Amino acid sequence: MTRPSRSSLLTAPALVWLTALMVVPCVLVLALAFFRRGIYGGIEYTFTLENFGLVFDPLYAGIFLNSARIAGTATLIAVVIGYAAAYAISAAPRRLQPVFLFFAVLPFWSNYLIRTYAWIVLLNREGLITQLLRWFGYTGEPPSMLYTEGAVIAGLVYNYLPFVILACYAPLSRLNPELAEASRDLGASAATTFRRVILPLTVPGIAAGAVFVFVLSIGNFVTPALLGGGRFQMIGNLVYDQFLTANDWPFGAALAMALIAIMLLVLMAQALAANRASGHTAQAGGDTDG
Amino acid sequence: MSEPRTLLAIDKVSKNFGRVTAVDGISLDIRENEFFALLGPSGCGKTTLLRMLAGFETPNDGRILLDGRDIAKTPPNKRPVNLMFQSYALFPHMSVRANVSYGLEMERLPASEIRSRVDAILATTELVAFADRKPEQLSGGQKQRVALARALVKRPRLLLLDEPLGALDKKLRGAMQLELKRLQHEVGITFVIVTHDQEESLVMADRMAVLRDGRLLQCDTPHAIYEHPADRFVADFIGVMNFVPGKATADGVVAVNGVRISGKVPAKLSSGASAVASVRPERIRLFPSAETANRTTGTVEALAYQGLDLQLHVRTPLSPKPFLVRVTAEAADRRPVSSGDQVELGWDAADVRIFAE
Repeated sequence: MTRPSRSSLLTAPALVWLTALMVVPCVLVLALAFFRRGIYGGIEYTFTLENFGLVFDPLYAGIFLNSARIAGTATLIAVVIGYAAAYAISAAPRRLQPVFLFFAVLPFWSNYLIRTYAWIVLLNREGLITQLLRWFGYTGEPPSMLYTEGAVIAGLVYNYLPFVILACYAPLSRLNPELAEASRDLGASAATTFRRVILPLTVPGIAAGAVFVFVLSIGNFVTPALLGGGRFQMIGNLVYDQFLTANDWPFGAALAMALIAIMLLVLMAQALAANRASGHTAQAGGDTDG
Repeated sequence: MSEPRTLLAIDKVSKNFGRVTAVDGISLDIRENEFFALLGPSGCGKTTLLRMLAGFETPNDGRILLDGRDIAKTPPNKRPVNLMFQSYALFPHMSVRANVSYGLEMERLPASEIRSRVDAILATTELVAFADRKPEQLSGGQKQRVALARALVKRPRLLLLDEPLGALDKKLRGAMQLELKRLQHEVGITFVIVTHDQEESLVMADRMAVLRDGRLLQCDTPHAIYEHPADRFVADFIGVMNFVPGKATADGVVAVNGVRISGKVPAKLSSGASAVASVRPERIRLFPSAETANRTTGTVEALAYQGLDLQLHVRTPLSPKPFLVRVTAEAADRRPVSSGDQVELGWDAADVRIFAE
């Protein structure tokens, strides 16, 4: 037996923490998914695979697809807005950049629920936006904005935008400004320079930000519940309902496992892509003389 | 020989950033096919001037005429001028070939022509073996050659080089100086190089401009600038110079200790004004003949063999700093000196340059 090294001692608390609060609950939920629901709720401890079969039922598979679509749309919008914001911040004078970044992440300092409630105040039938329209002279029916898919997407984009800004800012601020100048010097327009030099070199930041938004959005249940009014069910709401309303814990567990599987797939795909990029660098580093 | 044609005329160009004037009314002509150096200490405005030639800065005042056409406001992608960046600025996500092809793709040339021109320049710059490598897989010297190939393949009217050898170690730098000159000759493109290294511009340039505080001090061949510096700063900045402070007279300078240094006094210097007489180390002879115009005695403080010649530091009563004297190894062998020796130094009036202090 070798003595535990200093590094393994240092990682021990984190490992214990993760095992107790992540691995154990996940294994419990996974186990739950293989049991049957009792007739009056509760759990009947007989092995079955039908919970997983039910996940692929068109009704529930549709909710998965719907969640993916909403999360995908939110991701796309967040990436476009977030990248533009990160680009603007990285182009600002050096000493102002931390200030702008601070304001970009400022909403994070308040509670997620409160931030989402704030959108209800904005989007309500007689909310701030409607009042603003009236102030400009609008007299018609108040627009219905709350409890729409658009409201859910707006809420998701708003909440996760700072992730994208931070993830895109990192590679943009590290980019040597002479690369863009070199591209211009060689005859490229500003648009071509962006497409062929700046964008390819900042893709890792975009990917990291996008994965963040997508993974957090697809499993989200607070935003669709509050801003979607329960009408636009996402997987998160479905899981929530199975555990707390329908009292079907085994099916809820199977849905949760399916959700985790999707998230893991997305994260693995990103890790694999990032690994390939850095693997290329590592291989490149070896042979420099010639 | 016909009069060389002016390719680029810089006409009273000024550039300021806020209250700081980086370039202050500089005018100079750069001729077709010459190797031109912009030389000066850091902050002299040479990089700003270069960036205005490339199109990254717009002058506040003045004109930049390329082939007679004012390009001062033309964007960088629309001028037949290319810049080799100090950091090389190679695109890290592209192979050597893709880096070099980039500029030709922007011109929308047929693929076959791009291929043949890229192949040709890769051969010229000895990069064929590295065509498929990424910049991070190259050594400093190779990166420099890629940066050069990427700019040259566009066949610009004018190639600008910003401290092109600054990132290389000293030995490689010497080899690349000659290599750059050879390439310039081979491709027949006008080169404008920015450098703070006076030795580098003396070696490489056909003509050079010395800048200081945004102003042009002197523009001429390296030989003319070395032998006839325009002022004290240029005399001190280019090469090594010995200075004797004193007062101007009709035919020379009277040093602080009363010794007369004879030499040609510039017309604008009135008698009695503060002045310095100067002489290059290689113009000073040890143990001169009696009729030598300027003579002094001193004590050898230090000496250093440098192969071909011998450098002496000689303390004299003429100046607070020791005189630097360079004698050939042959002369040193004829009459050996060592540290602590009393020596006589002498130099001709024709080798003395006198400047206002």
